[in-house]
Order: sequence, then C-alpha cells, then structure tokens
Amino acid sequence: MKVLILDKAGFQDWLRALAGEFDIIGPAENTKGLLDWNKLEPGELPDFRPGLPKSSIKTFFFPQPETLLEFSARPGDDQAFRPHEPSEGRRARLLAGVRPCDARSVALNSMPYASDPYFLKNRENVAMVGLACTQGCSTCFCTWTGGSPVGSDGMDVMAYPLGDAFALEPVTGRGKDMLLKASSAREAAQEDLAALDALKASAPSSLPDAMDPASVLREKELMSLYNASFWQGLSESCLNCGTCTFLCPTCYCFDIQDETLKGKGRRIRYWDSCMFPLFTLHASGHNPRGEKVKRVRNRFMHKLKYFPDRFGPLSCVGCGRCVRDCPVNIDIRQVMKDLLAI
Amino acid sequence: MSTVNEKITSEIREKVRELLASGHVAAFLGYTSGSVPMVMQPLIIRTPEDADRLEWNSFCVLNLANYLPALLKSFEPPRRPGDPPPEGPLPKVGVLATGCWSRNMVIQVQENQVDRDRVVVVGISSRGMVDRKKVLAAVGHRDVTAVYEYDHSLKVSGPGYEREINRWDVVRDNCRTCVHPDPVIFDHMIGDLKGERDVADRFRQVEDIEVLAPEDRWSWFSTEIASCIRCYACRNACPLCYCPTCFVDDSRPQWVGKSIDKADTAIFHILRAYHCAGRCTDCGSCESACPMGIKMRILTRKLQKDVLELYGAEAGMDMQSPPPLSTYKMDDPQDFILTESIKGEEK
Repeated sequence: MKVLILDKAGFQDWLRALAGEFDIIGPAENTKGLLDWNKLEPGELPDFRPGLPKSSIKTFFFPQPETLLEFSARPGDDQAFRPHEPSEGRRARLLAGVRPCDARSVALNSMPYASDPYFLKNRENVAMVGLACTQGCSTCFCTWTGGSPVGSDGMDVMAYPLGDAFALEPVTGRGKDMLLKASSAREAAQEDLAALDALKASAPSSLPDAMDPASVLREKELMSLYNASFWQGLSESCLNCGTCTFLCPTCYCFDIQDETLKGKGRRIRYWDSCMFPLFTLHASGHNPRGEKVKRVRNRFMHKLKYFPDRFGPLSCVGCGRCVRDCPVNIDIRQVMKDLLAI
Repeated sequence: MSTVNEKITSEIREKVRELLASGHVAAFLGYTSGSVPMVMQPLIIRTPEDADRLEWNSFCVLNLANYLPALLKSFEPPRRPGDPPPEGPLPKVGVLATGCWSRNMVIQVQENQVDRDRVVVVGISSRGMVDRKKVLAAVGHRDVTAVYEYDHSLKVSGPGYEREINRWDVVRDNCRTCVHPDPVIFDHMIGDLKGERDVADRFRQVEDIEVLAPEDRWSWFSTEIASCIRCYACRNACPLCYCPTCFVDDSRPQWVGKSIDKADTAIFHILRAYHCAGRCTDCGSCESACPMGIKMRILTRKLQKDVLELYGAEAGMDMQSPPPLSTYKMDDPQDFILTESIKGEEK
C-alpha cells in the first residue's frame, strides 16, 4: 500500500473514524501538566510535542495490575474459591503517537513473554500508530540499543511529520485496514516521498553517535562484568527506589497475589522491582540480593548482559526515562560505557 | 557561575581535603554533578584527591542524612544480633549539613541511628534549593540541555530556546517557607550563620487545604496522588524512613495491596506521613525525589503545623529537647482525642 498524506484535521477525522472500533489513548497533559498516556476523546489529537510521555506504554501490554482470574471468596458459596476467567473484557485499544523506542520495547518484551497468554492477548488487543522523532532529547540514546528515531518496529501504522502534515505508512495488515478509514488522505506525491526519505535519512543525526554495545557485551566474560569495581560506588548514591524500573518500558518483572474484597477475590499480576529487597526474599528468610549493591548490579546486568546473552539485543530501548527521572542521576549510558571499558 | 556557590564549593573542597588527608574522617558525604542538568548526585569520597569532585549549588535537594546510618555502618565490623558492640573507636565520617539536614541528624542521634561522636558535620546555611519541576514547568516541559546558575537567576537553555529565570521564583516550597536555614549542629562551618528567617504565612499551603470542606479535601488528596506509581522514591529519599521492613513491604501479614489500587495508594501516603509526625523537618526530599510531581510534602507539613500548635515543638531543633511525640507533659492538650459526642457530654 502506498504512503498517504494527512493534514492535522484529516488525522483528527481518521481517529474519530477509528473510535468506533478502539478506545484511543495518546500522550496528553495529566492533572500535573505532565505529558502522559491518557484516553483521548473521539477526534482529540495526541500531543505531538517532542519528548516522551512520563510513563512507558508497557501498562497496555503488561498491565499494572493484570487480573489473571477471579473467584468468589464467600465461604458459604458453593463455587467459593473456584477460579474463573475475569468477567470484565476489554475493548480493543489504539495507542496514537507512540515513539519508536516505546514500540520497540513491546517487541523486546515479547521475547521473554513469547508464550505468556496474557501478554499475547494484550498484544492482539492493542494497535499502535507510531510517531517518528524529528528531534532527539538530551536523555535519548535509541541508536545505541539497536533502535532508530524513525524506526517502525512494533507499529501498525507509522506517521512521519512533514511540515504541518503527516506521511502515513502501513506497517502491518491491521495498519492497512486502519488506513482505509483515513477518508481525507491523499496519496503521497513525488516531492512528499522525497521529503520522507530525507527525514528518514537525517533524523538519527540528532542523537549521539550510534554504538553497538549488545554485540560487544555478549562477547565479554560474565564474571568480569559481575565483579567490576564500579558497582559499589554506583550503588552508594542509589536510593533503591523503583522509579527506574517502573518508568522503564523493558522492565517486565512481576509478582502475583490474591486479593479479596467484600467476598470477591481476584488473582493479580502486578509490577515488581528488582530494586526492592522483597523481590528476592526467600520463604526461608534468606535473601540472595539482600544488599543494595547486589540489587543495583542485577538491574544493569539483566538489561545489558543476561538478556543479550539469552535473547540477543539489550533489554533497553534507549528512551532515557530512567536517566531523566532518577532522583540521584544514575545514568545507564555511563554504566554501559563502564561495562564496555572492561 | 554563581559566585556564592563557587565560594562554598571551594571552601567545601578545602575543608574536606584537610579532613581526609589528616585521617580525621574515613569518608565524606557530599554532592557532585552528573549528566542531567539540575539533578545532583550524592557522593561518598574516601581520598583527599577526590575532594575536587564535590560541588555545591541550588540543586542539592536530597537530604544527605538519609545516607549517614549506612555509611557509618559500612565502617563497623559485621555483627550478628546479640554480639557485643565493637571495641575501640570506630572511624568517623564527614557530611555536609544545611538547617533541615542537621535537624534530621539530631533526630537520628536521638533515635539511636547515628553516633554523634562519629560524625563530623560541615555546616552550610541554606539559601533555599531550587525545584527542578518548577524550572521544567517554566520552560513548558521542554528538553533542558544546560542550566547556568548565577547568584539570583538561572539561565536555562534547550533546543531553540534560552530563558533567564529568577532564582527565588523557582525555589522549593519548603525552602521558601523555611525558618531555620542554619545548621543546628556543626563541627565546621562554611560561610556564616544567617539566623532565623522571618516568614509570613509559614503554613499557607496547608491552611489553603484546611479551609476546604472534607469532601473537597479528599478530592484534593485523591487528585494529588492519582499519578503515584508506588516507586517509593519519597520514602527512600527520607532520612526518617529506616525501618528494616517498611509496612508496605511486609508480606506476613500484608497490610497494604501492592498494585496501584486507589485505596492502597492512599493508605501508603497517609501512613507514610503519620510515621513522620513530630519527626519531619520539612527538608522536601520526598517531593524532590518524586518522578510524578506529587506534593506529598503537604501532608507532613500539616503534621508539623499540628505538632507546633499543640505542643509548641519542632523536630530536631536541639539535642536536649526530647522528640515531641516521644514525651508528654501533664498539661498536654488532649481535646482532639475526644469525639464530638464525648465533648458534648462533658459540657
């Protein structure tokens, strides 16, 4: 299918046409004036300003929390404590204005979650319209992690800003179907395609020079990285909060609990953080990662060594949210450089 | 560059170099700058050569007292429960302290978390720290690539813009209403003591909420914490929070649900604040650490106001005064304990 050109009004009409099929979610200001993922009204455009929403899109695929099953917790009930499927189904959702790094995180998380029915169901249920980055942020580094500011991995449709309009390219079959509803779109002319090619070629230059840490780190001997001397100093300033893990699009660790309220029970899967001491606490009371330095090391080793060793790429898309919001300026880019120097 | 910060930074370096070179302290806890403008990194140094890494500016927002107990412990031989305390003097550590941080150190000494004799406090009278979130709001949350601090202004720049901002306009709420900028304990002082500040409407932020109807207060609170991600940065940045297992982490029994259910999040914030009653020094670390811009400090500020009004006490002001909620006087007010119906009967 060909590239389509839509102006802002046309984009708005298109989203309005899709609102019958999807709940539409996009970057918009929250009650704190911060850009975050919010449900958009039919016809409301996502906020296209440069920069990333506060949170990643992982909650749409790996919800905080996900209800795995439900049960009656009334002792007299003959069905008490017999699990059944969650009663509440979810409408299909469309994420509009997804940046390439966020979309790529879904592809990366699909590796460990390849046979996870909940994750797979959410993937089916969520469509993504991407928005290429024409301006890098001082905290971004997608090109170091195998991504690109104009990458379309994981998207259904990719939008590229061209002046006041957008060039839209279908990426998947679903994206192709979605674009059939873009009634006011016109086909891209020769000069549009030339402008699009120029944008694709020039965008990455606003980011730091590309490097390929995944392939270098995969070759390094694991224990030499594990025993590196810098972990101690790095962990000394860490607060051991969960900001980095919860804002990170590729942190996918969870815990499972049963909750009951007023006779209704549910089993939930919720986000956990390797920064928290409880994360690895054994029933015996022993904690293999009882000290902060071990937890800090694990977070980076998981992303930069264990994951690449097992799956190939880094478990990091270079969105820079952890860099932007760490209260004590722990910077994964520096950790990467320190590991590469070993 | 701010001449004030330049002077303080060079005096800190000189003093710390001397303390480490003479062996008076084994380590020093201060601040250094890093890769993101307006976010400073707490730093522990152990050699006089590293003193030049220390820096001081208006973005040293996290309370360094928070790191002190663990740092002191790192110099103690490992002990099991029941083992006798180590013999002989243990190494000392040095730390920077503004008014509120020093008051937290007083509380840590009173609560047996810190041995005063092992801490060398290098005091600085605070000019008030800048709220990074206010600066980001002032530039429309655009990317900030550089911030230059002058004595009374900040020059903030990013792609395609440059803005000059008055420093005091973006100083943190807690600092703007701070009465005690001077350290209450110190062994060395950088610069002069400034004395108490005269602040009108110290508790204005709290009073604005107190006057609301209960349902509006609840609505303010619910909206304020709606974006909480339960990362616990507020708790972990707080020097008062040192329980080996926090009530939210307890799993046997579990007091609070783990996900972002509204009731669980509300319980977390309310209980966290109550644990700080009579102990909080309004250092603002919690709010500064929050990635979501939640103003949870207003909760602890309310408790400070109550403790001040009811018991005439402020936490950590001197080593001799007992912590206000750990002592009692026969004439302590107790009216607030009574329910309306009991009060009615008494009349």
